[in-house]
Amino acid sequence: MADKEIAVSVKDIHKEFILPQSKNSTFKQTVVNIVKKNNKVTQKTLDGVSFNVHKGDFFGIVGRNGSGKSTLLKLIAGVYTPTAGNIDVHGGLTPFIELGVGFNPELSGRDNVYLNGALLGFTRKQMDEMYSEIVAFAELEPFMDQKLKNYSSGMQVRLAFSIAIKAKNDVLIFDEVLAVGDEAFQRKCLDVFEGYKANGQTVILVTHDMETMKRFCTRAVLINDGEVLMTGDPKAIALKYSDLNQRSIDSESLKKNASHMDSASSIKTYTSEGQESVSFKAGEKICANLSWKNLKNVDQVVLNIYKQSGEHITGFRYTNTANRDSVWVSMAPNVMPGSYQFMLQTFSIDNIQLDDAPRLFDLSIRNQYEDTLDEWSGLVYVDHSWLDREPETFEK
Amino acid sequence: MRYMTTKNRAILREMVVTDFKVRYQGSILGYMWSLLKPLFLFAILYIVFTYIIPLGKDIQHYPVYLLTGIVLWNFFTEATMQGASSVVARGDLIRKVSIPRYLVVITSTLSALINLGLSLIVVVIFALFNGVMPSLEWLMMIPIILELILLATGISFLLSALYVKFRDITYIWEIFLQAGFYATPIIYPLTKVPEQFHKWFFINPMAQIIQDARYAMVTNTTTTVWSSVHSLVALSAPFVIVIAVFIVGALYFKRHSAYFAEDI
Repeated sequence: MADKEIAVSVKDIHKEFILPQSKNSTFKQTVVNIVKKNNKVTQKTLDGVSFNVHKGDFFGIVGRNGSGKSTLLKLIAGVYTPTAGNIDVHGGLTPFIELGVGFNPELSGRDNVYLNGALLGFTRKQMDEMYSEIVAFAELEPFMDQKLKNYSSGMQVRLAFSIAIKAKNDVLIFDEVLAVGDEAFQRKCLDVFEGYKANGQTVILVTHDMETMKRFCTRAVLINDGEVLMTGDPKAIALKYSDLNQRSIDSESLKKNASHMDSASSIKTYTSEGQESVSFKAGEKICANLSWKNLKNVDQVVLNIYKQSGEHITGFRYTNTANRDSVWVSMAPNVMPGSYQFMLQTFSIDNIQLDDAPRLFDLSIRNQYEDTLDEWSGLVYVDHSWLDREPETFEK
Repeated sequence: MRYMTTKNRAILREMVVTDFKVRYQGSILGYMWSLLKPLFLFAILYIVFTYIIPLGKDIQHYPVYLLTGIVLWNFFTEATMQGASSVVARGDLIRKVSIPRYLVVITSTLSALINLGLSLIVVVIFALFNGVMPSLEWLMMIPIILELILLATGISFLLSALYVKFRDITYIWEIFLQAGFYATPIIYPLTKVPEQFHKWFFINPMAQIIQDARYAMVTNTTTTVWSSVHSLVALSAPFVIVIAVFIVGALYFKRHSAYFAEDI
């Protein structure tokens, strides 16, 4: 990799924004802020980001919402100016932060193509050369002299998209906004990306869709909270990313579950080592403490497991002969990775439900072996083994 | 650093053409309004200042004299008002593409310049009807208009960059323009003002520009800065102001333009 030519080099980029409430947008505010000596409140969006994009890379910039990836894109595109650091672009660069920038509904389709092209940095001559290809690709030949406002929204998108994909430059940058549109349009997008990859076009793609990234990107960078978490292999980055997502889901779940603890019946889940947790690997042992301290005369307890989407996976019943107010259950649910919910139902001896508003407690099941996701499908994992002859236990 | 690359020319061309095409969208007469507007303005002024308030009865070809002043002042108003809001008005572009920011200001100046050109055609037609003889002095309009463009663009640079942060700017500037309209000898001839005040009037570059334009286009009896001021300092004042305004405006704009995308 080191001997490859560098197309874009990002060196120790910092970006801070002044938050809007501390901005002076009228003289009155300015005066007020000076008199009150209000300090400007800044927000660090990027904090020392560095990476290189090589020529021929299909480079992914990924991160969760608010991680700073779009800011990074705008910095590379030259729309924002970094607070500190350097971005060197070798060769021409065409950014597509949005399709159809500058489109004017009062102009004809033809005029809009030229206007958009000029704004993207193409000369009139270059646009003359590309024009017929763009129109042909958009399949809009008969409409080019009509005003854009008379186009359907689908036609407008097609025109804008055609300009984008016919654009030729050393480096192209796409934001994930390209992923909007119907299925046919998205497939067209993906075909175009396929073509770029095959031709060795240098592309920078900003996305939070791991499937797209794994499919196209040769290298990627994972941004989190304004810092580079990882650079390199897209597969490794996808794993790290889902891990990151899982952690945030878990902390949400813990918070939500804790808020239900004061209800009539409650559930707490632990690992086999006694660590409180809401996220387990498929098949991992889960120890759950079920309690109904505020209820009297509980005869039957049912623990139900639902998938997030609502399917009832299973339910087990405990008969409370000793009149306890809590019980432990240990289990190892071998279910499809995903989000699940527990619900505890309590019944009296006459089979009357005692807690009439049982809460749902969140639980996440992770993939056991990170890459075996594709090897089975469905709701639950059924233990199985493949044999090349009939089982030995058969009676001969 | 090259400012007018082919790329930048393509951007300017497309933006100015768009402005012009969109301006009279939906009107039946379309582009004709660019000519009709100064024409009707002329008719109104002619009636008011010839029959109702004969302010300029001592001035040769007063209606043309008046129209010249109005047309140049209108350019100044249009260019600076459009220029001041240009950066914010094109916020969508500035947030999404990295075109040189000064191009949006130049675009509004050029759009106003197209209108000035059309208005001047009307002025010339009426000058000929009014018996003004065409002469080589008309060529003096070229440097005069260049000076006017420099002044308007400089102010636009300053105001547009300020407007991103302070939205009060356009209101303040509007009031300033209203006052300027009466502080500049446009509807009244300078001969109505006692002579000892003339040098103060000519500190205002717009007064110098309009009077010089009238001298070149309409009548050599026009009072100009050249005929009413004798010290070199006073003589150079309007020109120094124009250059200073342009430099300050351009520098301020350049310093702040890097942050337009996030400040708008």
